[in-house]
Amino acid sequence: MFSFDLLLDAVVIGVLLGCFYGAVSLGLSVSFGLLDVPHVAHPAFLVLASYAVYFLNEHYAVDPLVAGLLITPVFFLLGLVAYRLYYETFEKRGSDAAVRGIAFFFGVAFIIEVLIILQFGVDQRSVTADYIGRAWRLGDIRIPYRLLVAFAVATALTVLLTLYLSRTFMGRAIRAVAQDQEALRLMGANPIKIKQWAFGIATAVLGIAGALLIIVAPVDPTLDRAYIGRTFCVVVMAGLGSMGGTLVAAIILGVAETIVLTMFGASWAPAISFAMLLGVLAVRPQGLFGRRS
Amino acid sequence: MSKKVSKPGSISRRRLLATAGAALAATPLGAKLVRAQQTPIRIGMSMPQTGGLAGGGKASLLGIEIWRDDVNAKGGLLGGRKIELVVYDDKSSASETPAIYSKLIDVDKVDLLFAPYATVPTAPIMPMVKQRGLLLMGNFSFQVNSKVGHDMWFNNAPWGPADSWATSFLDIGQRAGGKSMALLAADQEFAQNLAKTAREVAAKRNLPMVFDQAYPPNTVEFSSIIRALKAAKPDIVYIASYPPDSAGILRAVNEIGIGDNVKVFGGGMVGLQFGAVMENMGSLLNGVVNYNTWLPEKSMYFEGTKEFFDKYTKRAVEAKIDPLGYYLAPFGYASGQLIAQAINAVGSLEQKALAKYLRENTHKTIVGPIAFSPDGERKETAVLQAQFRGVVDKNMEQFRSSGKQVILFPENLKSGELIAPFEAARK
Amino acid sequence: MTRNSIAFWTGSTVFLVAVFVMTQVVGNQYPFFAGYVILQFIALAVAWSILGGYAGYVNFGTSAFFGVGVYAAVFLVKAFGAPLPLQILAGAAIGALMGFALGLLTLRMQGIFFSIATIALTIIIETTITNWRYVGGAAGIQIQRPAVTAPFDNYVQMLFFVQALLVVLAVAISRYIQNSWIGRGLQALRDDELAAECTGVPTLRLKLLACVISGALMCAVGAPAAMYLQYADPASAFNLNYSVTTLAMSLIGGTAHWSGPIIGAILLGTTQQLLTVTISSEVNVLVLGLMLVLFVVGAPEGIIGLIRKLRGDRKEGEV
Repeated sequence: MFSFDLLLDAVVIGVLLGCFYGAVSLGLSVSFGLLDVPHVAHPAFLVLASYAVYFLNEHYAVDPLVAGLLITPVFFLLGLVAYRLYYETFEKRGSDAAVRGIAFFFGVAFIIEVLIILQFGVDQRSVTADYIGRAWRLGDIRIPYRLLVAFAVATALTVLLTLYLSRTFMGRAIRAVAQDQEALRLMGANPIKIKQWAFGIATAVLGIAGALLIIVAPVDPTLDRAYIGRTFCVVVMAGLGSMGGTLVAAIILGVAETIVLTMFGASWAPAISFAMLLGVLAVRPQGLFGRRS
Repeated sequence: MSKKVSKPGSISRRRLLATAGAALAATPLGAKLVRAQQTPIRIGMSMPQTGGLAGGGKASLLGIEIWRDDVNAKGGLLGGRKIELVVYDDKSSASETPAIYSKLIDVDKVDLLFAPYATVPTAPIMPMVKQRGLLLMGNFSFQVNSKVGHDMWFNNAPWGPADSWATSFLDIGQRAGGKSMALLAADQEFAQNLAKTAREVAAKRNLPMVFDQAYPPNTVEFSSIIRALKAAKPDIVYIASYPPDSAGILRAVNEIGIGDNVKVFGGGMVGLQFGAVMENMGSLLNGVVNYNTWLPEKSMYFEGTKEFFDKYTKRAVEAKIDPLGYYLAPFGYASGQLIAQAINAVGSLEQKALAKYLRENTHKTIVGPIAFSPDGERKETAVLQAQFRGVVDKNMEQFRSSGKQVILFPENLKSGELIAPFEAARK
Repeated sequence: MTRNSIAFWTGSTVFLVAVFVMTQVVGNQYPFFAGYVILQFIALAVAWSILGGYAGYVNFGTSAFFGVGVYAAVFLVKAFGAPLPLQILAGAAIGALMGFALGLLTLRMQGIFFSIATIALTIIIETTITNWRYVGGAAGIQIQRPAVTAPFDNYVQMLFFVQALLVVLAVAISRYIQNSWIGRGLQALRDDELAAECTGVPTLRLKLLACVISGALMCAVGAPAAMYLQYADPASAFNLNYSVTTLAMSLIGGTAHWSGPIIGAILLGTTQQLLTVTISSEVNVLVLGLMLVLFVVGAPEGIIGLIRKLRGDRKEGEV
């Protein structure tokens, strides 16, 4: 059932979907990619942001994207607190932080899940906006506006984060701390403060990413479990800490998934993306655009 | 919370008597005298209250609780024995139910068993109840008894024969001039069972299948898959999907379009029966022909139906569960009614006798008369196929009035005619 | 045999005899149903710790091994009507192969990369099973138990005893590893893989061995679950909960000593069974979350670590 039209369509949708995956993974690319925090609660924070956006949209008719921007300061603070807690209990004590860190964040994810259920119930929720439910016609192809929004936001976030990390003092410090913590300490900077700041930014990005999540598709309290694999897959495939690489890896994933979904047996789609991840890990453990050798 | 205790109402004479009885029971001699009257009839079940099935499980449980409160307000069964529910959370998982039902049977020693909502948690307990010769009131599972063959199983769901679901939808499609069919089903338990029967029925009728795909759980974006479906140019589009996906599919259909040749669209989309989803989807629902179990159409009101929904609506808001509750809650109540009629007729809790009564009679419930075939499913299907009409965005209350979901099947409950093709019905 | 070994084997024998007597004496079925689940988690946690605790390779794929065990049994029952011991053996064999493959992954990956690779592996295997119609595919499959073998008069009692055997087997292996050169090698590897390699520890062979043993045990534990549930569907068999719960049990108990996962599994497993039949709501999940957070924050070395601290015994773990 091959047709060129369908393939083209799948590629276009795949690229846009990939951008969406990129947007929801960018925060993890900072927190895990640069800071080495095994943040498995990342998707739980993401869903939490979606519910915050839903709340603002439902009760105050705030546009979801605006709502996403509104909650970023709150999430920034949340990030500061979360990192402090993580640092005091794990990194400070040294060895074995990763394993127990994972367990810790799993615990946090479960707690968030339950809190959402207690507050909003178990039903799935979605938001309304003018750009949801309509499509842009481009010849034979129709592209849902919500995916275009995801595309625009993902690109903007990637560019902003890349600029921030390469042009500003703080950004460079963050990258420096990822490379060599000790050297930074010797130069008189406090690596913990810097890492805390970076984690705050990673979490703040989730505010907007959460808005995208609920714009693209409805959310329910346990949705985070489906995104643990996906976001880590993107970040690891990209190679840790590369923002542009994260976006590209996410697009590769989105295109591969969509092509399999459309052209081959749809039910094989999840296996394909994770087989790709395994392949990348086996051949290039540092990821496609990795900073480590 | 387990062991929900019925809410105290106004003090009636019965309640006073019961209190006096309790006081009497405190003395050793009195205990013997009133025990038979005092011990409640305990009904045990697990119910998904967390996990993927929780939304349905909670609504279903509320229906059963309303029945319990109604019966207890009237003084209970078997000469004054109150109903008590023993409910545990099975986390929507098959691996939890065997231990829970063993606890209910062996430790709690409940008098009767209800099944949890849905097929997956129910499947592991079927062999167990069969082996122990216990009556089990099923709760919306699908063909769970077909291999086990337990003769004391009764499903409250209106499914009827396994293929009736596909048959009724394809009937509607073919009558509207449909000559080919597309099938899109979630790669999960219930949807795959529906898809299987749909394939069989289509093959029997020589209806060409031009598109047949199973999509994986947690699919985010459906526009490319809808595009591929559209390219196959089917007349009848049969979708078997789960709640998170149903919304995504409808959105994609609205954005991508589905083509002018599609006569009917829908069939087996789970989720479009739940209030929150319907409210969110709003006008996107228009034109979709989908299965349902109960709808606020004139033909659907039986004795007690209206009173039930009055109570349900009030309590659902407090409990943060589906404010409409059409899909599951009245059937939970009906499960209770079935068992109560059987107990009253038999005059005891003897399981074999209750099963015999349930099998051989037609029972009056708030969802209409129910009769069972030997496999414990409904004798005739009462699964509705209904078309969404004139739905507007962001309005929960509209779904309470008739005409928003016009019943096309079955004939005896019909409340309108199909509007086809699909694109015309969407306007 | 050292005094410790004598104590261990006496304890194990007493445990198995007690379990056996229980199956013969206790008529109430519930202890067996609930106990089976707890035993299953003990065995899983112990098996997981061989790789995750001793070697420090955190495997998120417990559910993959468990699920493959379940489906190995389903396949054998459907195709050949194979008896329970054969199901378990076949599960172990397939698990060993999977473990070997996993061991090869450790060649290229360490730390969290390895963990992520195991998640990927889980999803790939689950998708494959979902697409395998013969064993029911996504729709799930109901299977019938054969008649129970004497001296048991109930299948669940027999499964309970079988699972107890698996627990003793897993613990014995785990204990042996800890006290032998394998355990010391793994620990060296866990502390610093490169240094271990340089000092002549055969790291690759050790890692492969740990992966194979851990994998074989986890699959073997999964196999009887098919007969316990008499039903299998991919979503339940490959549930993420198995991975998270196993990890949680090992960490809560402590991974420095073979008894840690047992303590953790008994504590958490019993708590979960109790919660299921008492509170029974979303609070259940909340308790798991809180326990995880509190333990990893408050007792970084698990309960074993706490006990050692209380004893003032700060020497590293010889038994």
